[in-house]
Amino acid sequence: MSGRARVFIPADSAALSVGAERVARAIRGEAEARGVDIEIVRTGSRGLLWLEPMVEVETADGRVGYGPIAPGDVASLFAAGFLDGGAHGRSLGRIEVHPLIARQTRLTFARVGVIDPLSLDDYRAHGGFAGLDKALAMPPAAIVEAVLQSGLRGRGGAGFPTGIKWRAVLGAEAPQKYVVCNADEGDSGTFADRMVMEGDPFMLIEGMIIAGLASGATKGFIYIRSEYPHAFATFEKAIATARAGGYLGASVRGSGRAFDIEARLGAGAYVCGEETSLLESLEGKRGVVRAKPPIPAFQGLFGKPTIVNNVLSLAAVPFILAEGPAAYARFGVGRSLGTLPVQLAGNVKRGGLYELPFGVTLREVIFDIGGGTRSGRPARAVQVGGPLGAYFPERLFDTPLDYEAFAALKGLLGHGGIVVFDDTVDLAAQARFAFEFCAKESCGKCTPCRIGAVRGRETMDRIIAGENRAENRAVLDDLLVLMTDASLCAMGGLTPVPVTSALTHFPEDFERAPLAAAAE
Amino acid sequence: MKRATGWDDQVASAIVGELKGRDGALLPILHALQEEFGYVDQRVVAELATALNLSRAEVTGTISFYHDFRANPAGRHVIKICRAEACQSVGCEDLVAHLKRRHGLDVDALSADGLLTIETVYCLGNCALGPAILADGEPVGRVDADTLDSLVARAGSERALTDGEVLS
Repeated sequence: MSGRARVFIPADSAALSVGAERVARAIRGEAEARGVDIEIVRTGSRGLLWLEPMVEVETADGRVGYGPIAPGDVASLFAAGFLDGGAHGRSLGRIEVHPLIARQTRLTFARVGVIDPLSLDDYRAHGGFAGLDKALAMPPAAIVEAVLQSGLRGRGGAGFPTGIKWRAVLGAEAPQKYVVCNADEGDSGTFADRMVMEGDPFMLIEGMIIAGLASGATKGFIYIRSEYPHAFATFEKAIATARAGGYLGASVRGSGRAFDIEARLGAGAYVCGEETSLLESLEGKRGVVRAKPPIPAFQGLFGKPTIVNNVLSLAAVPFILAEGPAAYARFGVGRSLGTLPVQLAGNVKRGGLYELPFGVTLREVIFDIGGGTRSGRPARAVQVGGPLGAYFPERLFDTPLDYEAFAALKGLLGHGGIVVFDDTVDLAAQARFAFEFCAKESCGKCTPCRIGAVRGRETMDRIIAGENRAENRAVLDDLLVLMTDASLCAMGGLTPVPVTSALTHFPEDFERAPLAAAAE
Repeated sequence: MKRATGWDDQVASAIVGELKGRDGALLPILHALQEEFGYVDQRVVAELATALNLSRAEVTGTISFYHDFRANPAGRHVIKICRAEACQSVGCEDLVAHLKRRHGLDVDALSADGLLTIETVYCLGNCALGPAILADGEPVGRVDADTLDSLVARAGSERALTDGEVLS
C-alpha cells in the first residue's frame, strides 16, 4: 500500500439499516488503534443490498469489496490486510467484475455507490455536468428534441413520453414556469428514487436544471416523501452545495439563465404520488386529485405551466444530453427504450437494485439474480409495479420486463419494483389488502374510489368468510369494472389490477373453506 | 433525536411567522410545528388561518388529510413500522401481532405509559431488507421479534432508540 488508504462505506438508508454506521465507527476506531492513516468515504449503495454493509477499498487493481461486514469482523479485516485487498472470508473480489454488477447496464446508477454523493469534484470526475454543459449551448427546442428522440418514457409508472411533456411546457406562454420532481416514491418494493437521492443527487439536480433550460422554467421543486428522512437531508445538502458551486441560482454557470431548486417534504399520503395531487400538496393544500384537463403542462403548480417528472426520468436526462439520444435508445426493446432499474424486493435471497435493459424476464430476475426466496420455499407469486400492480403466478415468470408485455397481461411495470412472495402467501388476503390500502389512501374526491374501496373490502370479507360466494363475486366483478372505468386517477382506477390478477391467477385462494368452518 | 417539548403558543407563533411567506407555506409550517412539539395542537388553527388567508376548515382539513400530522402528543420515542406488501412478504404482520401479545402494544397508538408511539407506514424504501422500521427516525432492517423486544426495553431511556449497540 502506498500512501493513505481509501475505504468506501455506504451511508445509504438500506445499508444504515443493517449497521453501516457501526461498521464505519469500528473501522475508524481500529485504524486509530493500529496507527494506520485511512480516509473513509461515505458513498451510496451499489445496490447489492443483501451484501450490506459492504466495505470497499481502493487498490492498484481497482476497488475490492468485502461484505456483509459486522463490527465484529473489522479486526480480522485489518489482520487480513484488507487495505491492500487482502483475502478474507468476506472477500467479494473486484466489485466491477462481480457477476451481479458485470451483467448490469448501469447508465442511471453508474456513479451510485462509487462516488461521494456530496462532492462536486467526484461528480465532475465521473462525467457529471457534461450533459448540462451541452444543454447550455443548445436552444431549448433542441434539448426537447434530444429527449424526444431518446424515447425516454416517464418512470413514475405511466410511461408517458417525457419529451412530449417538455415540448408542451416550452410552447406555453407564461411569466413563470416550474419544474417539479416527483420523489414521492410510495410504491412498496421500490427504492430506486431514494438510492439516487442518497447516492447521486447532483445527477438529479443536473436533470432538473436541463429541464428548466429546455422549458424556460426558472424554479424547480422536488417533493420528497417524509418516509425518506435521510434522502431529504442528503438532497438538501446537495442543493446547497450545487448553489455554492454556481450550478443553481440567478445565473447557472454564468450563463445568465436562472434556475433554482427547493426541496419539500411530503406528509405520508400515498396519493400524492399522483401528479395533480402532488401539485395540490406543494401548494399547501390537501392532496386531492385534480380533474384533467387542464394538464399540468398548461396549468400546473400555482396554475402555471409545469413539467412534472419522476426522479428516474429526470436522472436519465444528463446521460441523454451527454452521450446523445441514440446512445440511450440503443438499449431496450420495442417502445421500451433505455434501461430499467429493477428493484428486487420482498421474500428474496439477493434483493437489491439491478439496472438492466428492458426485455429481461421475470424468471431471470427472480432466480438468476435473486437466487429465489429468502425463506427457501417455492416462489408462488410476484407483485410487479407496486400496490396497484398485478400479482403474477409462476407460470407467467417468462414474461419480459417491458411496458407493452405487462400491459398485455393486464399488469403494469410501474416504477420497476418486483416483490417476491413464497408459497405461504394468501392471495385472497392480498386482494383484500389492495382494497384496504385504497380505502385508507384514497383522496376522497371521486366516489368510485372513495366508496368503492370500502365496499370492495366488505365484499371481499364476505367472499373469504364463505357468504353467498357466487352472488358476492358478481357484486365484486361489477365493482371492479366501475372503479376501473369511473375513477378520476390511478388510485381507484388501478386498485382492481391486483385484485383481478389474484382472482384470475389464484382462484383456489378464494375457494377455500372459511377459517372458522375449517377449525370445526 | 430532537426531544419534543410541551406546546408553547409563543414558539408556535414564531414558527408560523418565520415560514408564512413561503410559497404553499402550510405544509412546511405543519412539519416545523410537529418537529418542535411532536404534534399539531388544535389551538394553532385559527392563527394559521389568519396568517395564510385560509378558512379554519381548510387548515383543519389539511392537517387531518395527511397521516403524518398528529392531533395529540406522541410518546418520547416513535417507531414507524412498514406494513406494505414487500414487508408483508417477510412477516411484518407477525411483528405487529408480537407487539400486542408480548408487550400489549397496539399499532397506531401511544403506549399506556406514554413513552412509545408505534405507527403504521406504507413503505420506507427498504424493501429488500425487510421487515423495515424507522426507530426515532433511524432505519432498521431485517427486524425480528428480538429487535422489537430490545427497542421496547429501551423506551424508558432518554437516548434515541438506536443509539448504542442494539439491533440487527
